Amino acid sequence: MRKNRKFQWSRKHLIGLSDLSRKEIEFILDTAQGFEKFSRRSIKKAPTLRGKVVVNMFFEDSTRTRNSFTLAASRLSADVIEFSKKASAVSKGETLIDTARNLEAMGVDIVVIRHGAGGAPKLLSRSINACVVNAGDGFHEHPTQALLDVYTIRRQRGSLDGLKIGIVGDIAHSRVARSDIYAMTKLGAKVTLIGPPTLLPGGVENLPVRVSYNLDEVIEDLDVINMLRIQFERMGGNPFPSVREYSHYFGLTADRMKRAKPDITVMHPGPINRGLEIESEVADGPNSVILKQVANGLAVRMAVLFLVNQAATQQGKDK
Amino acid sequence: MVKQISKKTLIKNGRLIDPKNKIDQVTDLLVDDFKVAKIGSHLTDSAVHIIDAAGKIVAPGLIDIHVHFREPGDDEEETIASGSAAAVAGGYTSVVCMPNTHPPVDEATAVEYVHRMGRQARKTFVYVMGAITKDRAGQELAEMGLMAEAGAVGFTDDGCGLQDAAMMLLAMKYASMFDLVISQHCEDHSLAKNGVMNAGYKATVLGLPGVDPLAEEMMLWRDIQLVRKTKARYHAQHISTAGSVKIIREAKQQGLPVTCEATPHHLLLTEEAVADYDTNFKVNPPLRTQKDVESLRHAVADGVIDALATDHAPHLQSEKELEFLSAPCGMVGIECALPLYRKALIDTGVCDWSAMLAMLTWRPAEIIKVQKGSLAVGDRADIVVIDPDAQWSIDASQFYSKSRNCPYQGWQAKGKVLYTLVAGEVRFEAKG
Repeated sequence: MRKNRKFQWSRKHLIGLSDLSRKEIEFILDTAQGFEKFSRRSIKKAPTLRGKVVVNMFFEDSTRTRNSFTLAASRLSADVIEFSKKASAVSKGETLIDTARNLEAMGVDIVVIRHGAGGAPKLLSRSINACVVNAGDGFHEHPTQALLDVYTIRRQRGSLDGLKIGIVGDIAHSRVARSDIYAMTKLGAKVTLIGPPTLLPGGVENLPVRVSYNLDEVIEDLDVINMLRIQFERMGGNPFPSVREYSHYFGLTADRMKRAKPDITVMHPGPINRGLEIESEVADGPNSVILKQVANGLAVRMAVLFLVNQAATQQGKDK
Repeated sequence: MVKQISKKTLIKNGRLIDPKNKIDQVTDLLVDDFKVAKIGSHLTDSAVHIIDAAGKIVAPGLIDIHVHFREPGDDEEETIASGSAAAVAGGYTSVVCMPNTHPPVDEATAVEYVHRMGRQARKTFVYVMGAITKDRAGQELAEMGLMAEAGAVGFTDDGCGLQDAAMMLLAMKYASMFDLVISQHCEDHSLAKNGVMNAGYKATVLGLPGVDPLAEEMMLWRDIQLVRKTKARYHAQHISTAGSVKIIREAKQQGLPVTCEATPHHLLLTEEAVADYDTNFKVNPPLRTQKDVESLRHAVADGVIDALATDHAPHLQSEKELEFLSAPCGMVGIECALPLYRKALIDTGVCDWSAMLAMLTWRPAEIIKVQKGSLAVGDRADIVVIDPDAQWSIDASQFYSKSRNCPYQGWQAKGKVLYTLVAGEVRFEAKG
């Protein structure tokens, strides 16, 4: 909040990080840093969103992200509506747009949406006046996760410039990986994607990243390693023969950690499959910042809710 | 008995382009008794309806061998009446409906039903292809013979490809008995899976499952091997990739009885259009890359593309408003197809009017084996009069079609249909 005093945040939606500038990303992180202090106060509430209504529209299961957004909104004194629906065959019931319009008719100011279909938050932002914050859509983007990831790295390392970061696992079906790639590379990090070719996305050569199929070969160079969860629910078609074989090549084991730099930062967006992509000893070990990521998520989400609301209020005044 | 009064129409001073008969000249054309009666300079005739076509193109009525008019079953999206009205507004005097209706057109009475609704609409000629397999399920042959007798002009399971190779072999062999074309929607499900746009970088960035070009090309290649064996007439619908163009070109060079069609959208649009998750650009096969567009245009230039077809596919607005993953595939466009083809092919120097009109008239007519697409004396007077340079703005809200899922909304179009005559009768006349 102290830095970038002249910068004016102007987005009322946060759909993804692909079109955000380095400056915008840094501004969110700086704002989050201001909010981090709130968590250490005895009264953990700010009046910033008093009288505003935030709806959590979660069409997919979520514990961490949802609770984090709920807590972030209530710390800013907003009223929070929880809406959940496991919608796969949307066409049979009310459409997404109708649902959102109904909520908007009740005076909702900010819609936080998680949806299984890539593009659903974008669709929503075109159809309603409220602010839209993407809490993960299909395998498109998960901007607040990536923001808390880079926030955590920045806290840990001071800066991302020149850092070598590895993202390991199911890149093809990962919205976290996509948002991470944008955020990390924009902040100056060098990103390597590591996984079997069957879990790498099409056109990966056009992304600003390097690719490796061999974790052992690249782990020595990494400053940060982000282990993605194997998302069995999104895969299909057996992209690898067995969990055992996957772990053999791509699991972050204590043994493999011996090859890494001693101060390597170990991250995971959660929920972790212990013993699959990461061994417990590593997940709970001294290099792990997995729980710090969760804590930082709160500050980042407070910052995002604060900023989109501010932009919407400003745009309302300008009219 | 009341004697039917034959209406005479004299079309004066138009540029008659009749690609089949290799005519491209300014002349008059007299329509009498549903037919072309005279062609020549300074024709006069008493008491006739006169169309001044000076500066305009007079051509055989357009033929679209790939439309979805949704009847029976989905008449909230389109009816044969509304689709036919849209067709004549686009200059089309004959269309071929696809059988993926509810129920599907997989037996003779359904063929007759489509014909009857077409006659009642009294706009364009309405033909129909029958399904290759019962219920389009890919399991058992539909009654091709009886549908052929009822007037079906070919067979297809369009909407999806016939997956099973042995079934396709059987269908080709059997269809040969009636000399009707097997028309295939090439899409291998094992490769296409749940893809909703072209596979690659763009799909990765949007987080949408992609369809690899191979899904189309593998089935096309497979089918061509079956054609090699059976010598059955085979037509590849809406080809969309450079690879497909190559496969067809080689098959033709080998003398195999293979034809193909290209759509306005695959000749004009790329996957970039999907950037904003606008479902009006969701179509199957998906929009591909600029390289594919160039390859299709090149295929037009060297004659590999036989027919231009719209794949006019109406959908409800409420369904197109769903998430990109859930929205149905398809776009409407029969009413603005002509200026789109002009933009893709003539304005880019790919071909001239005569070559373009050939792909819209006699060449598709040959695929479905109907005696149309020509304007010699004595031919049935299916005629379109086009102002080649008239500019207008595409506005889907003004369409005769019942649906509005048009990706070209607001585009500036060049080229306008002024009159459409079907069997000598003016069935469409542009307003103003």
